[in-house]
Amino acid sequence: MDEKDEGHEPLDLVRLCIDEVVIVKLRGDRELKGRLHAYDSHCNLVLGEVEETIFVAEEDDEDEAPRVRTVKKQSEMLFVRGDSVVLIAPAEGVTQ
Amino acid sequence: MSTNGDSPEEFKGDSRDPSGFLSEIIGAPVTVKLNSGIIYKGDLQSVDGYMNIALERCEEVSEGKVIRRWGDAFVRGNNVTYISADSS
Repeated sequence: MDEKDEGHEPLDLVRLCIDEVVIVKLRGDRELKGRLHAYDSHCNLVLGEVEETIFVAEEDDEDEAPRVRTVKKQSEMLFVRGDSVVLIAPAEGVTQ
Repeated sequence: MSTNGDSPEEFKGDSRDPSGFLSEIIGAPVTVKLNSGIIYKGDLQSVDGYMNIALERCEEVSEGKVIRRWGDAFVRGNNVTYISADSS
C-alpha cells in the first residue's frame, strides 16, 4: 500500500473504538455518547446505550448573549446515517 | 506532463499535487477548519481520499481559546474547508 509511510488511514481510529464508548458530533448541534457496535466507510454507525444531547440556543432576552440549553434523550440502540457525522472520538480521551 | 492514466502512486510526494502536500504534513501540527466554522488543532495522524482526517491531541478552538480537548479524533472529510500546516 502507498500509505505505509503514514501507517494508518483515518477510519482505523474508528475501528479501534469498536466496543468502546465514543462521542459523536453530528450536524445540527447534536452529540451522541454511546458504545460503538458497528461502522462502515460512510460512517454509518450503530451505537448502543446512547445518550443524545441537543444544544438549543435560547434568545428570550435580546440584550443578553444567547444561552445554550441542552436537551437529553436516551436510546437503547441507534443507527446513525453517516452523512450527519462530523467527528468521532473515544470518550475516555475527551476532557470537558 | 501527466496524463489522465497516471495512478495515484505516481503523484506521491509531488508537492504540486494537493494530496502530495497532505502526505508531506503527516505527523505535523495542523489547523483544520470545518464548513461550520469550527476549528480543530492537533497532530495530523492520517488523511484519506475523502479528506477524512485522524488527529492526535485534538483541541477544539474558538476565538483563540481551547474550548474542548478531544484527544484522538476522526473528522469526516465532507465537513472540511481547509487543512493548514501550523508553523512550528
